[in-house]
Amino acid sequence: MESRLQRIFLAACTSVLLLTMGNVNAAVDPDQLELEPLLVREPERRQVEVDDLDDENLEIGVFGGLMSVEDFGTNSVVGVRAAYHITEDFFVEAAYGQTTLGQTSFERLSGGAQLLTSEQRDMSYYNISLGWNLFPGESFLGRRWAYKGGLYVIGGVGSTDFGGDNRFTINAGMGYRLIATDWLAFHVDVRDHFFKSDLLGEEEQLHNIEFSGGVTLFF
Amino acid sequence: MKRASMILATSIGSWLRATRLLSAALTVLGLAVTAMPAQALFERYEPEVVVSDPYIELRTGPGRGYPIFYVAGQGDQVTMLKRRTDWYKIRGPRGKEGWVHVDQIRHTLNLDGEPIDFGELGLGDFGKRRWEMGVNGGEFGGAASITGYLGFVMTPNITLQVEGTQILGNFSDGLMASANILMYPFPRKRLSPYFMIGTGIIRTQPHSRIVEAEDRSDEIAHAGVGANFYLTDRFILRMEYKRHTVFTSRDDNEEVNQWKAGFSVFF
Repeated sequence: MESRLQRIFLAACTSVLLLTMGNVNAAVDPDQLELEPLLVREPERRQVEVDDLDDENLEIGVFGGLMSVEDFGTNSVVGVRAAYHITEDFFVEAAYGQTTLGQTSFERLSGGAQLLTSEQRDMSYYNISLGWNLFPGESFLGRRWAYKGGLYVIGGVGSTDFGGDNRFTINAGMGYRLIATDWLAFHVDVRDHFFKSDLLGEEEQLHNIEFSGGVTLFF
Repeated sequence: MKRASMILATSIGSWLRATRLLSAALTVLGLAVTAMPAQALFERYEPEVVVSDPYIELRTGPGRGYPIFYVAGQGDQVTMLKRRTDWYKIRGPRGKEGWVHVDQIRHTLNLDGEPIDFGELGLGDFGKRRWEMGVNGGEFGGAASITGYLGFVMTPNITLQVEGTQILGNFSDGLMASANILMYPFPRKRLSPYFMIGTGIIRTQPHSRIVEAEDRSDEIAHAGVGANFYLTDRFILRMEYKRHTVFTSRDDNEEVNQWKAGFSVFF
């Protein structure tokens, strides 16, 4: 009840105030209006902050292709990758990929023997690599089109979840980066991931070739 | 029935894989967004500058392999658009857009005729870093190890650091997480040695072919020495030796040596 009274009182006060203000404005001499304070134009700030420029050294994207895993056949592989361009020549790249393991010849021929459970057939890897841009320049497609791009050689270390165990993995390979626009690039990549495994008895070095294509965006 | 449950299991499996991939993608994307200055998300900063070198060469791409297609002369007013590594994209006279190397525009002036600070980092910035992060690889008691770390520079002499290591051996895998404190006696030198102590947890998982072995988690403590070597820009080369004591549940504690080397960046 009390608050309602207050509200009514306040409303009354406000309207009275507004009315009086309106009167005051009406009473002002039109000459005085021109004496309003002039806008002070501050000198334009011209300092150039290079750090505030759009910085596009990060390249992030997805890839997909085929991965041949020694003894386990060839299957599709998908993954994500992010690269940071240190200089125009070198970049570091982190990648994560997933594929599945097929059946070994032994499994197929023996009739029903299974070496791995279905969970162990999911293979994934991550790696951190250093890339070197080898022949940067323009490439020509027909008479009309010129694209920026270049080869890169890349190699690094990582880990592969193979048959349920993690294996220290070295990867090495080459790729071609076609820079379509300032922010979009296409990749074709061939990479060997090799690690030691004793899954099939004796410990041996397994070479696993991955062939992939990808799209990346520059940020 | 069996078939139905198999289909269900397969679809759940692929769904789990998809979520894993998605979360990895989101993490990467999250990193990218935080790496971008907030300003870049809303408006582009495109300052105008005046060429002070006799001429600058505009290339079609950010690299020395791309052809020069236009030359802007001294006194020309150009707009800086973006940068990639050491290359700046500019819009020159008549709307020509191309890439110029920092060496050619280092002496460029702003519209008031004052030189521009290109903010190239040097040894002084290395001494004044606040954060550093890096990846290194090496050997942990005969097994391969891959480590990622994040360090906070509390004072020039003291750095707090957390690190995670994946250990990849012939008979077992391991994951190790630890917190460390590092002491730098000469923080402003290009080659800056340090001493460290730390503690953490190691989880060992024997390979599936090893029978009658269980996963186990043990506490560890370690002490080590290492050195940072400032390379260029914001990059550091780092080498380290650590001696770990693993407090096993057996009677004897294990002593493990670890060597590693890698690259770091600082901010």
